[in-house]
Amino acid sequence: MNGTGRPGPPLWLLAELTYRCPLHCVFCYNPVDFATREDEMSTDDWLRVLREARAQGSVQCGFSGGEPMLREDLEVLVAEAHRLGYYTNLLTSGVGLTETRIAALKDAGLDHIQLSFQDSTREVNDFLSHTRTFELKEKVAAMIKAHGYPMVMNVVIHRLNIDHVDRIIGMADTVGAEYLELANSQYYSWAEVNREHLLPTRAQIARAEAVTARWRERLDGRMRIFFVVPDYHENRPKRCMNGWGNVFLTITPDGTALPCHTARMLPGLAFPNVRDMSVHDIWYESEGFNRYRGTGWMKEPCASCDEREKDLGGCRCQAYMLTQDPAAADPVCAKSPHHQRVADAVARAESGAANEQPLIFRGPAESRRLAGQDYAPGRSSPPVPAAENPPKVTDRS
Amino acid sequence: MSTAANADTCPVIGRGFRLQWEAAQDCHVLLYPEGMVKLNQSAGEILKRCDGTRDVAGIVADLERTFAASGLEKDVLAFLDMARGQKWVQW
Ligand code: SF4
Ligand code: SF4
Repeated sequence: MNGTGRPGPPLWLLAELTYRCPLHCVFCYNPVDFATREDEMSTDDWLRVLREARAQGSVQCGFSGGEPMLREDLEVLVAEAHRLGYYTNLLTSGVGLTETRIAALKDAGLDHIQLSFQDSTREVNDFLSHTRTFELKEKVAAMIKAHGYPMVMNVVIHRLNIDHVDRIIGMADTVGAEYLELANSQYYSWAEVNREHLLPTRAQIARAEAVTARWRERLDGRMRIFFVVPDYHENRPKRCMNGWGNVFLTITPDGTALPCHTARMLPGLAFPNVRDMSVHDIWYESEGFNRYRGTGWMKEPCASCDEREKDLGGCRCQAYMLTQDPAAADPVCAKSPHHQRVADAVARAESGAANEQPLIFRGPAESRRLAGQDYAPGRSSPPVPAAENPPKVTDRS
Repeated sequence: MSTAANADTCPVIGRGFRLQWEAAQDCHVLLYPEGMVKLNQSAGEILKRCDGTRDVAGIVADLERTFAASGLEKDVLAFLDMARGQKWVQW
């Protein structure tokens, strides 16, 4: 879509069924204050959302969380989504994906399971050698294949694991993955809190890319590897969520509709709830979805920039977190007057400067503590779709 | 790696992919894990015939009949080879 005219349909429906999760990822993209938002919609609410969004043209449905396996009605929701004609995706850590449930999900018509690897243990540095994690993933991967699913694996990459990329790829190949996504962490939510620990150096990225290139040659198409580079190391921003209110409709556990996972942080913008408003009105009429659509809202340097249709000014949350102005250019952009803040963070990563802050693992107690601190954005930085669900919508017409 | 498409090849939509008509987009789309390809009319017409029961010769004949055209084989073969590279189809 460009800056004018009626937006296209919400092609992607992301159903964040719950913020509950047994794991403690340091890069988790759930809101830092998730523990203060325990309200979850009922099965009937979700069924209605599925029907309404499909009627508006949604075709991809992602069930995520938190850990979506914690919802006991997952099979019911998948069955309805399948019946409605969605391509149904389950984004899971594999915890709770038993033989019984995977069989039930298959019967319900689930199309795809994306298995992600997390730093689920406190031994982040050697999480890859942590046998329990590996054995669980190996077991789940085998089940996924046995049930005839394409085997898609996602690993969030950051400073503490990027040097293991060779082993990560080897492991993905061992479990028979057909697709492997090496997604560099995006710095928002928990990853933003932990940014100084997670931001890799340029040399690390270059090495990881070289390793990936060597594997691609060796694999000869057996497994496709996507390597998503971190935007901090670029000088133009990403087209965040493929454009605000352009493709993605995220529904949070309590029914709040968002153009991206983290948009709720933006000031002065109320987001509608599917309990009060129809998906049609949310997508086409609500202020929350219209505010940053297209290019009309832009200020300088974006407003007169000849690249504005390409990146749409980058990420609004990143702009807000780094400049306190949600309508500013994403500071990843070298044309942004605030670009130095990104450059400084990268420079600190390069220098390996000592980090006094401890690494913070996602968890309810930490969440309540951070929420109580009136966790202030602006201290550092940013978003983009969850590292687990990067947008992949291509046009071939 | 098996051979390039020829008249006897029987292509079928790739595992994990689904082809469907989307009224909201007024076109055929190919859905796959977390993604979607919008197909132009000719791509949609070819893929919709890749049901595993017809070989390329049959697909071409059907297309030529439906669209009152001739000499489509070369384009269909080139498209199918490209499509297999993307895993949209297999044989
Ligand atoms: S990123 Fe980790 S902690 Fe966060 S929801 Fe996913 S698995 Fe759970
Ligand atoms: S100035 Fe704005 S529109 Fe131009 S490249 Fe930078 S972020 Fe994109």
